[in-house]
This record gives sequence, structure tokens and C-alpha cells, in this order.
Amino acid sequence: MKRFSLSLVNILSIYALAVPSTAAMIPQRSVLENGMILLTSEQRALPMVSIELLIDAGSRHDVPKQEGLANLTARLLTYGTQRRTALEISDALDFIGARLSSGCGEDLANVGMTVLKKDLGTGLELLAEVLTTSTFPQGEIERQKQSILAAIRAREESPGDIAQRRLAAALYPQSPYGRPVEGDEASVKGLEQKSLKAFYERYYRPNRTILSVVGDVSHQEIAQALNQAFRSWPKGEPVTPPAPPSKVGSAETIRVAKDLTQANIILGHEGVGREHPDYYAIQVMNYILGGGGFSSRTLDSIRNERGLAYSVYSYFGAEKRRGTFELVMQTKNETALEAIRIANAEIRRIREELVAEQELEDAKDYLTGSFPLRFDTNRKVANFLAQVEYFELGLDYPERYPDLIREVQREDVLRVAQKYLKPEQLITVLVGNQKKIGEK
Amino acid sequence: MAKVISCLLFLLTMLAMLPETAAATQVQEFVLDNGLKVLLLEDHKSPAVTFQVWYRVGSRNEKDGKSGLSHFLEHMLFKGTQKMKPEEYSRIIAKNGGRSNAFTSSDVTVYFATMSRDKIGIEIELEGDRMVNALLGETYFEPEKKVIQEERRLRTDDSPVAALGEVAGAVAYMVHPYRRPVIGWMDDIENLTRQDLVDYYKLYYEPNNAFVVMTGDFSTQEMLPKIKAAFGKIPRGAEPPKVRAEEPPQTGERRVTLKKEAELPFVLMYYHTPNSKSRDSYALDVLSVVLAGGRSSRLYHDLVYQKRLARNVDADYNGLSIDPSVFSVTAQLMPEKEPGEVEREIDGLLENVKSELVSDRELQKAKNQIEAAFVFGQDSIFGQAMKIGYYEALGDWRLMDSYLDGIRKVTREEVQRVAQEYLDRDRRTVGVLVPIKEKSQ
Repeated sequence: MKRFSLSLVNILSIYALAVPSTAAMIPQRSVLENGMILLTSEQRALPMVSIELLIDAGSRHDVPKQEGLANLTARLLTYGTQRRTALEISDALDFIGARLSSGCGEDLANVGMTVLKKDLGTGLELLAEVLTTSTFPQGEIERQKQSILAAIRAREESPGDIAQRRLAAALYPQSPYGRPVEGDEASVKGLEQKSLKAFYERYYRPNRTILSVVGDVSHQEIAQALNQAFRSWPKGEPVTPPAPPSKVGSAETIRVAKDLTQANIILGHEGVGREHPDYYAIQVMNYILGGGGFSSRTLDSIRNERGLAYSVYSYFGAEKRRGTFELVMQTKNETALEAIRIANAEIRRIREELVAEQELEDAKDYLTGSFPLRFDTNRKVANFLAQVEYFELGLDYPERYPDLIREVQREDVLRVAQKYLKPEQLITVLVGNQKKIGEK
Repeated sequence: MAKVISCLLFLLTMLAMLPETAAATQVQEFVLDNGLKVLLLEDHKSPAVTFQVWYRVGSRNEKDGKSGLSHFLEHMLFKGTQKMKPEEYSRIIAKNGGRSNAFTSSDVTVYFATMSRDKIGIEIELEGDRMVNALLGETYFEPEKKVIQEERRLRTDDSPVAALGEVAGAVAYMVHPYRRPVIGWMDDIENLTRQDLVDYYKLYYEPNNAFVVMTGDFSTQEMLPKIKAAFGKIPRGAEPPKVRAEEPPQTGERRVTLKKEAELPFVLMYYHTPNSKSRDSYALDVLSVVLAGGRSSRLYHDLVYQKRLARNVDADYNGLSIDPSVFSVTAQLMPEKEPGEVEREIDGLLENVKSELVSDRELQKAKNQIEAAFVFGQDSIFGQAMKIGYYEALGDWRLMDSYLDGIRKVTREEVQRVAQEYLDRDRRTVGVLVPIKEKSQ
């Protein structure tokens, strides 16, 4: 077992000249007997343990006509195992005040647990049960399907969600990434127990799982307990990964009519994957454009100067093998086109002119200075460690991060703006009262 | 309304569990000469410090026709001081790696930043500055008014459930200012003037009407002098006017319906209850967990799991309000279900906790959930600062020290008694969201 360790204290004292704190992340990594990758950070301040699992079982594995299978599988994990009924599981969890949740995204399914240290044994037992012996009872499948069908209805109440879905569909046509994780009404109704069991058998495997544990427990202690709890979970066969989305949509305007007081607007196009070497320069550029909270250009010109919106921001979401750029805002229907015009002008400006030295410094100062503060709870550390492993950033990533940001220059910002902001591919989604929004 | 089921008890249990940090997990209280109270909690488990200034003013202090004034003023405090250009505050905090924001509630207006220990002094200085030197500049007044109107559209007007909460609140209270939305009625926002803000700022933003909460990785010896330097010279102000509003007892059920473009009906019930100054608040907290804490709770198991009438359900007791507030029960319905049917089902379950004692195991389960949530809550220094602040706003942060003890003492009989006393249909408001199809455009 290789031992990795690092301390946040180092980063702080190098880059922020902080008084060393007693806290440190000190992550450790090992590969368990069954192939599961374990990351830990021992944090003894509170008698609690946070656990985060990432499983390569997201909706990208859904096949046509079975959209929603990955999601339904993830949601049913805690609704019946070989030993316990759904009610017995929830009662056992509630009795110890533990939190256990499961969910699903396009790439990954995730399971999270928070439990008191004194109940860690019970918690791990339940966790191992749902991951290795879920039974997907017919009655629970029907219940959960109804619940998902209701969620599919409810998502129409959220104009922001509608806009997101329409953008994804336009960006990734004919791809699982362009479809809602939960599927649609017809596909969900058609999902069957045997498909769920097959999906679970195939994708819920230790060698497809990253497990991160943060809290009042040592690496040795938890590794031993996990080897015991998960001893009957065999490795799975290799699975051919689905092809990443290839066809990318071209520029268009999508309008959705809704009787709303505000237009919900997204301007978006494809971005880059997390592994891309320009990722860091893009983050700096985007901070200046629209990522920088109260100090970004779009917020300044759209909110502060003109009072057109309460919320306006942009981001480059970077996943494995793909990414998206989005600029998101809401403004009353009547000013929607004006706000879009200004947003486009800001995109143009950052592609044409070097940013000011001061803007660049502010962006770099924020990104490096706020970095250690992103891990101020056990749960956040657990999420972070799992992500570091998933994106193969290396456990020295927190030490390397400040340099990756610091080396970005004004010319880099201009270059990545020109390369990765693509006005000619920009998809504009407008959800709102179309009559009031107007035509041009 | 956020779920408030866990609070802090630093002294007894933590001493036993956390030998290495126990000495630092006590709130220290200082009061400056000008009346500013300072509450400090050292907690060295993560390299961050949260600094918050709490003003004892919120929509509760507003007058008819001036709703939204507290919140508007909160926005304008980012628009510069005699020393700071507009938006400079946010830029400086961000440049120093910090995250900052502010919020307004019925009871309080709170400004905060989370930064590293060596940078938090900057935030302290800037907060001291804007306690007295805010410009509330004319140039920024009209654009910010528009921003707030957009915020209202986003949060309330285009959100069916939030809009229902707003009208139900306006019906549940007739006299008390809790009947008004924190963000303000649209027409009131439109008619507020810069002079309203200036007067309000003078009246309420003074050290003797505020307190500071600081939690995280700092040393008191180092920070207290900084706080004194930033705030100590601000003169004590006149005593702000007290809110004198008592909601008359409700003696019959009130009902309100909201028709709006939406997909699923929503039912909410507001029952008048006392706040956390009352002994009954412990049993009310336990009751809310028995009803809706986790998938095995009564309401969830029956309405969501067994009968599939609701998509989700909640029971929430918010005792941390300055004046008596409400115990709420809410449910978003499954498609094609009738609000009447869901109401009857909820009523039946509420009748059960009134007519029969909860089981010993159920009581223990609820207490275990509250205690676990209490420990989990301490994982966040920001969350800890919020709890200290809410208790102090209510009257005294020390109330939280007795919280877990109070929970542990709750009996089955008390749970039954508070259910009987407060879950009284004659003292409730029922709100129903009736979805309508979108109008043709």
C-alpha cells in the first residue's frame, strides 16, 4: 500500500502566509482487496464519519428505450435487500439518525452516508447491504416509478430546469448526455425488474467504485472494516464504455412558452473535459467573464449597471470526456433581448481585448486564496477526495493547484477566450412569455 | 423556513467526547462600551473563519406600505461607503480569497464573510466601516430597485410553492408583521424612496442594535482587539423603537387558495405555536421529527410510501423566531390526487398523535435523530455561527446550551399534550395551490 500524504498547512503558509492551522487534510489512498479504491482523511474533531461513493453507473450507460434505468437503479438501492425490507432499512437508519442517500448523474451514480462514530458499524453494514444485496422488489419498483413520473411532471414547474434540459438536448442530440437522467414518461413506465437487476449486477462493482471516508476513523481501521463488510462483493467484468457524444449541435434559438414574469435564459455551447490542459486558463477567463460572483463583468454590466437581473453567472462545467459552457440569467420578459445582447457583447469583448492586469490578478487571488476554504466540512473533503481520484488529479493536487492558476497570463486568457467561447455555436434558450419577450 | 432541529450544547457532552478541542468549544461573550455584543467561538478543525454582523432589524420592524425596506437596505450596503467605492467591498473580500454575502429575514439582517485566519481582519474592518458610513448613493438606488424586483420575480412570482407560502402567511397573521413577505410586496418596493433607506439606516444600524458572531480557526486574544478597533469608536445610538404587535388568538380555521400555472397541487398548514422561549418548544421539535423526520416517520411513511398521495411531505417547527411563529405541515401531491383527500389523511395522522401516546421506540428514534443532527451541524463553522446568532437574536445565545438537555427530557405525554394544544384546527391556516394550465400566448 502506497501512502500519500499532504497537509493544507503547507499550501497556506506558502501562498497566504497563514498562521498554521491545526487542521490538515492528510489524505491516504489504498486499493482494497476487491479492487475498490479507498481514500480517507482522518478528522478527529467530531464523533462522526462522512462517506461518499462514486460508482461508474451513470445514465450514459442507458440504452435507447430504457432511458432512466441507471437512475431508477440508484434510487432503489435503499428499498430492499436480501436481509431487509425498505421500511426496515429506513427505520434502522432513522433510529441512529444516519443519513444515507443515493442518486444518479450522467456519468456516475453516487451514494452518500453520514453517521455518528458510535454507529459506524451499523452504518457500514447497511451500506454494504444496499451495494451488494439489493433485491429490487416489484412493489418498490412500482412505487419508485410513480415517484419518478411525478418528478418528471414537477420539473415542468421550474423554468430554470426546463431551460437546462432544452440546452442539453440541443448540445448532445442522440446521446444519453442530451437526455434527462430520470428518463421520460414512456421509458420509465417500460422499465422492468430484470433490466434493473442486470444493470445492478453489471455496473455496481467494487472495481468501478471510488469510496471516500472522512471523519473520526483511521485509514487502517476503515480499510479493515470495509474489507470485512464488502468481502462478498466480487469484481465485475470489464465493460466497454459507451462512446462519448460526438455530434455537437450548431447555433440556434430555442423558445419555450410559459406564463412567467421572467424569461429564464441560457446561452451555451460545448466546453472542454476536465482533463484538458487549458482547463485552468479557462477557469481564470470565466471568473472574469461571469464566474466571479459579485465581481464579474457580466454581473457588473447586467445587474449592477442596468438592474436587469438578480442572478447572472457563467461557468465551464468540466466532466470526464466532455464539458459545457453556460451563461445563465433571469430578467423580466420585456428586457430579455436586451440582456442577451449585453451578454453577447461581453463574450465578444473578452475575445477581442486583453483583460486588465488588475482583473487577472483579482481572479487568480480569489481562485488560489479561496481554494483551501472549499474544504471546511468533512462532507466537502469527502466529495473533494472522491473527485480528485475520479479525475485522476493526484493527491498532490491541492499543492499543485495554486501554481496551475498562478501561471495563467493575460495572453492565455485571450487565447482561451478566442478558442473556447464560440459565438458561432451559441445556443440561446429562452423560457418565458414569448409575446412579451418579442421577436428580435 | 429552514428546518431547525439541532442546536448547540458545547459544555457537557463535548467535554467528554472531544478532549483535545473541548477547551476551545465554548462561546465567549464580550460587550463593547458602545453596546456591541461580541460572541466568539474558536474551532480549529478547518482553516477558515466566519465573521458575521447581525442587526436586530428585519421585515418584522417594517410598517405598512414600506415592506421590503430591510432587505432593500441590505442590498444598498454593498453600494459603497465614504471610504469604499460601490461593489468594492465584494471585490476586496474575493481578492483575499473570501466568500461574502448577506441575508435578511423577518427578524434580522446579517452580513458575513468566510476567510482564512490571516485575512479575516479585512472583513472586520469593512463591516465596522459600513455599520456607519454607507452612502446609499442616489445613482445606485433605481438600478438596485430593479434588481430587487427581479429577485422577487425569481423567488416568489414565478415559483408556485413560494407564492403559496406568501399568501398563506398573509392570512395566518392579521396584525403581526410576520404577515408581510421579507422581500416586500412588489408595489411597496416600487414606491420605496432613498430617504426611507437613509432614515431606516440611521434608526437601526448602530452598535447597540447589533451583535457580532465569529467562529472558526482564530485566537480570541488576536481578534478581540481587531474587533474593538473596527467597531469600538462607533458611538452608541438611540434605542431603536420596539415592535409592539401581538397577534390576537385565532378562533377558527382560515383557508386560502392560490391558482397558478403549476403541475402538482400543494397543501400547507400553519399552526400557531410559541417560540423557543417556551418549554413546549422541545416537545414541538420532537413532534416534528416523529411526524416527518426520515422515511420511517409517520407522515412520510403513510402519505409518500404507503398511500402514495404525496410526492413529499414535511413538518417543520421554527421556534427560533423573536415572536411566536408557526408549526407547518406541507405536502406536494402526486399527480391526479385531490388536496381534500391529502388534507383528510394528514388530519387523521395528526389526530393519532393527539389521541394516542407515541411509542417509547418512536420517541427514542426522534431524540436520536435530533442528537445526531446536532453533531453533524457542528461540522460547519458557518452553521455554528448561524445557530449562535439565531439564539442571540431570540434573546440569549445561552439558550442553546440547554437545548439537548431539554430534548432528552421530553416525554411521550408531553409530545401528546403539545400536539393536542397546538395542532388545533381552529388555530390553523390551510393553503392550497391549485394548478392551472398556461394561458395561450
